[in-house]
Order: sequence, then C-alpha cells, then structure tokens
Amino acid sequence: MNLLLLLIVPLITALTILLCRNSLQVKWTAFAGSVVQLVLALVLLFVYRAEVVAGNAAQLFFEQDITLIESLNMHFHIGVDGISISMLLLTAMVVVAGVLFSWNTNKMTKEFYFLLILLALGAYGFFISFNLLVLFFFLEISIIPKYLLIGIWGSGNKEYSANKLVLMLMMGSALIMVGILGMYYIGGHDVDLMHLSNISIPAHLQKILFPLFFIGFGVFTAFFPFHTWVPDGHSSAPTAGSMFLAGISMKLGGYGCLRVAIFLLPEGAKEYGQVIVILSSIAILYGAFVTMMQKDLKYLNAYSSVSHVGFSLLALGMLTQTAITGALMQMISHGLMTALFFAVIGMIYDRTHTRMVNELGGLMKVMPFITTVLFIVGLCSLGLPGLSGFVAEMTVFVGSWQNDDVFHRVATIAAAMSIVVTAVYILRAVGQVAMGPLKNEAYAHLTDAKWNEKLAAIILLAGILSIGLVPGWLNDLLTPGAEIIMNRITGK
Amino acid sequence: MNEFFLLMKSELMVTAIIFLLLFIKVGKGMQNERLLPLIQLLLLLNVIFGFFFNQEGNAFGDMFHSTPMIVFEKNILNVGVYLISMLFSDWFKKTAHLAEYFLLMLSALLGMFFMLSSANMLMFYLALELASIPVAAMANFNLTQKQSSEAAMKMILSAAFSSGILLFGISLIYGVTGTINFEELSNYTTLSPLYTMAFIFLFSAFAFKLSVVPFHFWTADVYEGAPIATTSFLSVISKAAVAFILITVLYKVFQPLQNIWYVLVLLLAFITIVIGNLFAMRQQNMKRFLAYSSIAQVGFILVGISGSNTTGISSVVYFLLVYVFSNLAAFGVVSVISEQVNKESISDYKGLYQTNPLLTWVLALSLFSLAGVPPTAGFFGKFFLLTAGGAKASYAFMIVVVLNMVISLYYYLKVVRAMFIDQNETPIAAIQISAPVKLALIICSAGILLIGLFGWIFDFIQSLN
Repeated sequence: MNLLLLLIVPLITALTILLCRNSLQVKWTAFAGSVVQLVLALVLLFVYRAEVVAGNAAQLFFEQDITLIESLNMHFHIGVDGISISMLLLTAMVVVAGVLFSWNTNKMTKEFYFLLILLALGAYGFFISFNLLVLFFFLEISIIPKYLLIGIWGSGNKEYSANKLVLMLMMGSALIMVGILGMYYIGGHDVDLMHLSNISIPAHLQKILFPLFFIGFGVFTAFFPFHTWVPDGHSSAPTAGSMFLAGISMKLGGYGCLRVAIFLLPEGAKEYGQVIVILSSIAILYGAFVTMMQKDLKYLNAYSSVSHVGFSLLALGMLTQTAITGALMQMISHGLMTALFFAVIGMIYDRTHTRMVNELGGLMKVMPFITTVLFIVGLCSLGLPGLSGFVAEMTVFVGSWQNDDVFHRVATIAAAMSIVVTAVYILRAVGQVAMGPLKNEAYAHLTDAKWNEKLAAIILLAGILSIGLVPGWLNDLLTPGAEIIMNRITGK
Repeated sequence: MNEFFLLMKSELMVTAIIFLLLFIKVGKGMQNERLLPLIQLLLLLNVIFGFFFNQEGNAFGDMFHSTPMIVFEKNILNVGVYLISMLFSDWFKKTAHLAEYFLLMLSALLGMFFMLSSANMLMFYLALELASIPVAAMANFNLTQKQSSEAAMKMILSAAFSSGILLFGISLIYGVTGTINFEELSNYTTLSPLYTMAFIFLFSAFAFKLSVVPFHFWTADVYEGAPIATTSFLSVISKAAVAFILITVLYKVFQPLQNIWYVLVLLLAFITIVIGNLFAMRQQNMKRFLAYSSIAQVGFILVGISGSNTTGISSVVYFLLVYVFSNLAAFGVVSVISEQVNKESISDYKGLYQTNPLLTWVLALSLFSLAGVPPTAGFFGKFFLLTAGGAKASYAFMIVVVLNMVISLYYYLKVVRAMFIDQNETPIAAIQISAPVKLALIICSAGILLIGLFGWIFDFIQSLN
C-alpha cells in the first residue's frame, strides 16, 4: 500500500474545501475526505496484519524514501509499524468524529474545516515519517491551525489561551529543533531515524540530547510541569478543537517521546528514567486532585487529561516492555475517550448553554443518548473493566510492577491511588449532570443527539469497546514495536 | 570582447535601463501611467535575462570578478527590485518624479552589483558609496513631509559615518599588508593587533549597513519616515546585498582571522536577535514593527554566517531568497493599506479579515514565514541557517537562539491576532487592489509557499559554490 495516499487524501480534501461554494458542500467534502481517510487507515491495518501473518518480520512496512535535499542528506522517508498504524487509526477516528460534531458551525465554515483538515494532515504525516526533519515539519504544521481554531472559534478567554498554547508548544518545538541539529552532526549529516538507531551515540551526548527531546515532545503531551497550556487551551477551544487537541495533538508528543527520545537515546532514558517517574507521579496525583475542584465540565476533563496522560508518561519512565505497550494503549484509549468526553460536553453546552456542573441536572430524562454516552466515557475514564481505560491502565500497572525496587513500587502505588480520586470526581460530575430532577425548566424542551452526533459517538464508542472487550488485536499491533524499543534499552 | 560583455551583463543591463530612463526624462517625458508599465516590463526582462548567458571570470585588472554564485545573488536582487516596482504601483503613480525615483533606485542597484563583484577594497568602497547615497535621496521622496527629510538626513549622516570608519579600516589594512586586493589579502596570514583592529573597523562598517545591534539606531526612524517603497528597498535589497558581500569578505579575505571574527559574529548575532526582538515587541506602527523585526532577522543571518562552511553560504543565500519574498509581501500589504486608507498602526488592522481576506492571508503568510513556522519557506530558511551555525556553536547558544524564535513568533502573532481574532466595529473598508499589485502579491505568496517544498532549490544553490 502506498503510504503517500495518507497525505494526498487530506491535501486534496483541504484544497477542495477551498473551492466549495457553500457551507453544506464544505461539510460534506470534509466528511467524505475524512471517511476515505478512515477507510484507508483500516485497509492499512488489515494489509499490515496480512503481511505479518504471512511471516514478514521487517521493522518497517511499506517504506518509501524520496530524496528531498541531496546536499544536506535530507530524505522524505516514510513507513509504518504497528505503533504508527494504531496512531493513524486513532487519528482517523477522531477526525471523522470531529468533522461530524462540528456540523453546526456556521461562522466561517470554509476556514474552519480547512484548518481542521490541515491539522489532521500534520498528524498523519507525523506518524508515518522516519526522518527527523520531516517529522518535525509535520509536527509544526499544526501550529497555525491550532492558533486560529482557538482564537477565532473559541470561547471564554480565547486570545490568552491561544497565545499561551502556541507559545508553549513552540518552546517545546524549539528544544526539539536544537536536538535535531545536534543529531544532524552526531549522525554524520543524516537525521534518518533508522540510520540514527544504528549508530552508537556517546553516552555523554545522550545525556544532553535526551532532555531536549523528551521535554520538547513532553510539552505537547502535558508533561508536568509543562502542562499549563492544557486546561486553558482545551477549555477555550471549540468542540472539535478540544477533541483534536486531546485526541491527536497530545498523542504527537507521547509518540515523539517514545519514538525519538527513548528509541534513539536509550542511555539518556535510563539516566533520566527516575526523574520522569517522579514528575509523572506528581502529575497523576496533582491532576486528579485539581480535577476534584473543577466546576466547569471542560476544565474538569482537561485536568483529568493531565492526570491520564501522566499514566502513559509514567509507563514510559518505567522502561519495561509491558509498560511501554501500556503507555501506547493508554495514549490511544485516552485519545478516544477524551475526544468523546469533549464531544459530549460540546453537545450538552450547545443545548443548555452552560458547562457548569452545578447548573446542570436531570438531563437523562431529556437526552438519554447523550447522557448514556457520558456515562460510558465517565466509566471508561475511571477504568471500568470492559472499556479501554481499564485495559490500558492495567497494562501500565503490570508493566510498572515489573521493576522490583522500592522506588518504582512506591511510584506505582501512588499512581494507582489516584484511581480512587478519579472515581470521586467522575461519579460526582456525571451523577450531578444526569440524575436527579431537572435543574432548569427550560431544559425540558431540549432535543437529544442528531444523526451526525450519534454517528460520531458510535464511531468513537466502537473504538473504546473494541479495545476494552478484545484488547488482543491492539496488543499484537503494539508489541513488536515495543519489543524493538525495549531491545535498544536492554542493549540486545 | 564578447566574453567581457557577458561577464558584466547584469551591470550593463541595469546601466542600459538607467540611460533609457534618462533619455525619456530629458526628452519629452512620459505620463506616469505609461512610464510605470514600461519600467516594470524592462525590469521583468532584466530578471529573465539574468538567468541566461552566465560567465565566470575577472576583469579590470582583477578588480571585478564574477562567479555563478555572484550572478545568482544579483538575480535575487533583480527579482526583489522587480517586485518592488510592482508592489508599490499605487504610490509610484502618484509620485511627481517617477523617472528620478527609479533612476536613483537602479543606480543603487548598480552599486550593489559592483559591490558583489568587487575583488578589491577600492572597488568595494566605491560600489558601497554608489549603493548607499542614492538611497538617502530615495528616503526623501515624500517631498511634503518633514519626517521623510529627517529620515534622509539620518540616513546620509549614518552612511557617511560608516563610510568614514570603513575607509579608516581600509587604510589601516593597506598600511599593514601593502595591498588591497582580496586575493592577496586572503594569503596574508601574519596576525598583528593592528591588522585585527583594521578588521574590526571594517566589520563595524558592515554592521552599520546591516543595522546590527549596537549599530542599529538609525534604522527605525529611517524606516518609519521614508516612503514604504524606499523602506522595503532598504530593508530587503540593501540588506541582502551587504550580507552577500559580508560572506565573501569574512570567508575569503579574512579567513586567517577566523578565530577572531567567529566570536565577534556570534556575539553580535546574540545581541542583535535579543535586542531586535525586545524592541519589536513594543512597536505599534507597522513600519517600525517590520524594521525592528528585520533587525532580529539579521541576527539569524549572522548565526548562519558563523557556520563558516559552504552550507553557511548556501543557507544565507537561501534565507535571503525567501526573505525577499516574505518581507516584500509584508511591506506590500502595509503599503496598499497605507496608500488607500492611510492607516499604519497595528490596532487599525483589527478585524481586517472580515473585509479583506486576501490581503490578510498574504500578510499572515509572510509573517509566519518571517517567524519561521511551517509550511512556509521561512521555516526551511531558518532551519538551514541554524544547521550551518550549529556546526560549531554550543548547545546552549543554539537553545538561546531558537528560543528567540519563539519570542519573535509572539510579536508576529500580535498582528495575526489583530487581523483574524480581534473584534472591531469599524474595520478597514474593503480595498480595491490594482492588477500589478495583485500579481506581485501572488508571486510573493507562491514563493513563500513553494520554495520550501522544492528541495532542489537548496541543492541548486549549494551546487553554485
């Protein structure tokens, strides 16, 4: 399968959107483009599995290498492994859902969908590129769309949030850029990921480069203490914007931490592993406790994101194969579940025009579909068995427990304690919103979800359930990649 | 004989246009409406002709020399001047002395061409004077405005001052080495304090022309007071020319002093980026804003120059190629708005997207390109500069430089935010853009979007070395 299709389809979609005459055409074009992309991602998954079953044990599949700049040795090197495919699937699902949930947008529709698709394009390119410059290029492409999406279509203190988000993410990019420059000279004028993984980078340089990459990508994925853009950014963004930020953008960072920082610099990872564990444990607990205090549903979900993403970073710091698989599962599970959570919040806000927990109540009576979805994501968030959150968190804890020293055990236990706190805030908020008598007379006339919202919710729910009920396929997908990374760490 | 003509074809072309304009002026004269398209056509031919019949070699007793790289640099300047003639059509049509303005501009361009081709300090000095004195007259072209005269006065005084320093440096060099020929100077390897001092004098003259901090004080006032066409000529064309020749001088002539100038360039790059950024943040007037931001850009060019390898040359040339398109597009939009509604403050731009989406997108693209955000070409330009600079600089220095890119993004975003996000009851009304301006803006936007995506452009520049 030609991976360039994954870039060409969104590009054509974006350009077609610019040519559309009215907002209905724009919406259908965006929808069609994102569905094609989802189909492509699914086809990729099946083709990949067929290859694996046929006994193809290559590290990368469907590789392509196009020379961009000969004199600087820059190549457009793309390929996929199981990890990338799972990320691509996640992205494609969130994009379809995001497009559907924004169906009611009527302010500058053309620009809105153009930027959404551009943001998605950056993510697709990021997950398939195996050259640091190309990877970085795609990472940065999303900066402009994020700024404008929050700034123009956002709510609340949107100028401040957009500025804060973009500048913090740019700061992360700046560190990554310096890291890439360092790699360029260490790797003999070549920043190909596969090439760099084959040369031995001196330990003292790894200790300099690792923090640059890990913090750089960490800013994107709310690595404590660089998480402060998350609550503001998420709560000010429009619904689709929050979904993309939580479901896609934060995953770029986590994937980068693993694929670039840990994979290329295993010595550095061992050196700083404990720091990562400490900071992520703080993030998990701190995030959970701060969430308890939130009154605004969007802030609640944003802070719980900090806590949930902390699990995947904690697992990365644990440096065992199970933990790394768990980290990736947590990223995917969190992507689906948070995107859906934001979507539900968006639906509720569209109808009631408030996001305050204490102003809502009894919505189960008027919008059963929406509140049911809210229940499911809530339970997924607190790790109910049968849903993706449980599978991911369990894998993370099992992987973490494999480190049998006191330090790692304490960190694992501390992180696990946060689940209790999560249960408190999730049950309280969901119960308040859904149960009890109707808080407001006006709510009695509200309508339930429309076709587009139902369809989008079902797509995301399908993802959550398929991971929760039959986690084997995801595990099979992630394990080979995690094993290769683990071999780098143990030095095999 | 034929070879000689081809060797100097860029200079001869520009000279021919200058004479043609002179004849038209002293003869019957022409209406601006007819003269301007003629000039634009001639400059377009000049650009096209620049890419053919390239010759390599020396002339005038080794005072003048030309290489493919130098020809390419001249072509970049040609493209810039052509774009200027298109972008500021509105203003040109109104001005009373159109022919004179282009006479001056082309004379300055001729000076720059000779400067790029000079292989001798004497030639270099003459060319530099030719390239700077007409610009002072150009700065005075808003004849009724006091500010414009003030700009011209500041310009000429600072130019004269830096020329004095330059001459002093050259005389010291001659005193120490007994030669002013570039080739012979590059073989002079005996280091002495006097020679170092001579170099520093010479270098500070360059710093004046490039408005490197702490030699930048003239820049903002001149940029603000001068007509926008002049400002853009100064901040794009002049700067590019001086940066090109600075590379030759540092890399070839003062190769033996490399250890000294490396530290100097790095230090000045640091100060320039930081101060440029800090001042740009506070500006409210678009012209001043672009002036200070262009000071910061020069700092990045210095980072690239400090790399002192072939990548250093190519990356600077590449960056300036991109810079011509990005910065001229920004000045073009500012000029269109300022000509039609006479508004130049950033706060006037609030809500511009509602009324003028096309202009807004062009300005936003050019600002993102200046800030170095993908997918614009400016990203690749900055990245290559840093790649060149990273060959020798420490991690700490690179981090500081790159973090300054974030700071610069902050103030570029201020303008973007005003245009796209901020609400305004009375935004600037919809503006009718004339055809040549529109064409030039489209060329600039295409350059900003496409140059970065075609990797072979960098390869081509690299192959010229």
